[in-house]
Amino acid sequence: MSTEHFLKVEGLTKRYGDSVVFDSVNFGIRQGEFVCIIGHSGCGKTTILNVLAGLESASDGHVFMDNREIAGPSLDRGVVFQGHALMPWLTVRRNIAFAVRSKWPLWTRAQVDEHVQKYVALVGLDGAIDKKPSQLSGGMKQRVGIARAFAIQPRMLLLDEPFGALDALTRGTIQDELLRICGQTHQTVFMITHDVDEAILLADRILLMSNGPQARVAEIVKNTMPRDRQRATLHHDPQYYRIRNHLVDFLVARSKELSHGRAPARPEEVSPGLDPEPQPDTQPQPQPHNGTTLRRIA
Amino acid sequence: MGFTRSLGFRAGLLSALILLVLLAVWHVATLSAAPVAAAAPALTPEQIEYARLMGKDPTAGAAAPAAKSGFPTLAQMGTVVVKNLASPFYDNGPNDKGVGLQLGYSLGRVGLGYLLAALVAIPLGFVIGMSPLVYRALDPFIQVLKPISPLAWMPLALYTIKDSSISGIFVIFICSVWPMLINTAFGVASVRREWLNVAKTLEVSALRRAFEVILPAAAPTILTGMRISMGIAWLVIVAAEMLVGGTGIGYFVWNEWNNLSLPNVIFAILVIGVVGMLLDLMFARLQKAVTYVD
Repeated sequence: MSTEHFLKVEGLTKRYGDSVVFDSVNFGIRQGEFVCIIGHSGCGKTTILNVLAGLESASDGHVFMDNREIAGPSLDRGVVFQGHALMPWLTVRRNIAFAVRSKWPLWTRAQVDEHVQKYVALVGLDGAIDKKPSQLSGGMKQRVGIARAFAIQPRMLLLDEPFGALDALTRGTIQDELLRICGQTHQTVFMITHDVDEAILLADRILLMSNGPQARVAEIVKNTMPRDRQRATLHHDPQYYRIRNHLVDFLVARSKELSHGRAPARPEEVSPGLDPEPQPDTQPQPQPHNGTTLRRIA
Repeated sequence: MGFTRSLGFRAGLLSALILLVLLAVWHVATLSAAPVAAAAPALTPEQIEYARLMGKDPTAGAAAPAAKSGFPTLAQMGTVVVKNLASPFYDNGPNDKGVGLQLGYSLGRVGLGYLLAALVAIPLGFVIGMSPLVYRALDPFIQVLKPISPLAWMPLALYTIKDSSISGIFVIFICSVWPMLINTAFGVASVRREWLNVAKTLEVSALRRAFEVILPAAAPTILTGMRISMGIAWLVIVAAEMLVGGTGIGYFVWNEWNNLSLPNVIFAILVIGVVGMLLDLMFARLQKAVTYVD
C-alpha cells in the first residue's frame, strides 16, 4: 500500500440552487485500500459516490483517479448499486455477461462464459446461474450485483450501501465474502454504509461526514485493528469498542454540531484509543463512560 | 390443481350451456317467424290486387322467398356455414369470391398497414421517450391527431392516393400508429434509471443500450400498445372495406347485405370475431414472452 493517493477528491461541492448540500470535501484513497463513508441521510454521500462513478457532476471541485480527472462513467470504476439494479429479463449468467462483454467486446462466447462462471463461483451462486433475479432472494441478488462489479475487474469499486436492505444474518455472510474477495484481489473500494459495525469490519479508514447543509468529511478514522480481522472475533479486540464509541459519538452528537460548514475542510486523521490527546475543541464534553478508561489501558 | 381444473371444466360446461340456450332462442325465434311469413294470404283482396299491379304475386309461393331473404333458421345457417367452409377460396368474379379469399385480402391490408405503422411508431416512440424536448414538441400533434376517426381520413386518402386499396392500407396505418407510438414513448421514458446507470458505468454504446437495455425493459409496454393497435386495426378494416368496396371481408359483408343473404352476413360476422380473437391471442402470447417479473 503506497502512501500516494490513488484517488483524490479536492474541494468537491454540490449545490442545488441556493442550498449547498456539501462543500470543500477533501479526501484521498490509496491503492488497495478499503474506505467506508458514514454520515446521516441527506449529507450527500450518494452524490459523492455518483460523482466518483461519473454519473453525476459536482458543482465545484475535482476528482482525480491515478492523476487523471474523472469526467464521466468508466469501466475502470465498478459500481454496486443500492437496489442491486439487475436486469430482470436476463438470467444471472446473462446479467454478468452483459458487463463482461462491455469490458471485453472482442471476447468469444466461450471466453465470456468462462469468465462469468468464475465470478459467479466467487460469490457462491453456481447453483443459481441460470435463474432470473426474481427467483433469487435479496441477498443472492446483491451477490450477483457484487459479482457483476468484480467481473469487469475495475481498478476501483464503488459500493452504495449494498447491504442496506438485507437482514442481519445475510448481511454478515456477504460481508465476510466481500472481505475475502477484497483480500484476494487487493481491490480499492469506496463504500457507503449506515452500519458502524460494518464499517469497522470492512474498512481500513472510515470517513465521517458531518450533517448537511454544507456537509464535509469532518474526520478520518483509521482502523487500527489488524487486516485479517474476522466478524466472529472482532468484538474481542479492545480496539473495537474504542473505534466504535468514537464513531457512535460522532454520529450522535458531533455530526450535528459540525453542519453548516463548521467542519474543517481538511479532515484530520485519528486513531481512537491510540492518539495521545483527544481534541478538546471538537469534543462536546468529557466522556463519562468507558471511552476514557479504555484510552488509559491502551 | 384439482380445483382449477374443475373450475375450468365447470366454466366450459357453463359456456356450452349458454351457447345451447342462444341457439335454442334462435331456433324458437325463427320458427315463429315462419308462420308470419305464411300468413301472407291473410291480405284483403284490394291489397292483393295492388300487389299484382306492382308485379308481385302474394298468393303463389310466398313462403319460399320470405324464408330465403328473412332471418335464417338454424338449419339454413348450418348449410351456409358448411358451404362456405367447404370452398373458402373460390373466385367467380368480383362479386362472388370465397370468404377465405376475402379474409386474405383483409388480413393482407391490415398486415401491411400495421407493419408500416410499427416501422414508424416504434422508432419515433423511442425518440419521443428518450427526449423530453421532442416529447413536448410532438405532444400537441399527437393529442389532436389521435382522436380522429380513421375513416375521416378516407376522402383525403382517396383524393391524394387515388387508389382505393392503398387508401384502405393508409387508414389501417393511421389508426394503428397512435397506440403504438404512445405506448412506446411511455415505455421508453419509464425505463428504470438504475438500469440506464448500469449501462452508463459499463460504457455501453448507444446502440447496445437501445437494443439490450431500453428495448427489453420497455417491451411489455410496447407490446401492449401493439396489441391495442391490432384490435383497432381489425375493427377499422371492416368499416373501411365497406366504404371502399372491391375486396375484403368488409366488402363481403356489404355485398351479402346487398344480396339480402343474411346467413352469409351472419357467417362473415362470426368469422370476423374468430379472426379478431386469434389475432389478439397471438399478441397475448408475444406479450407473455417479453414480460418479466421484477
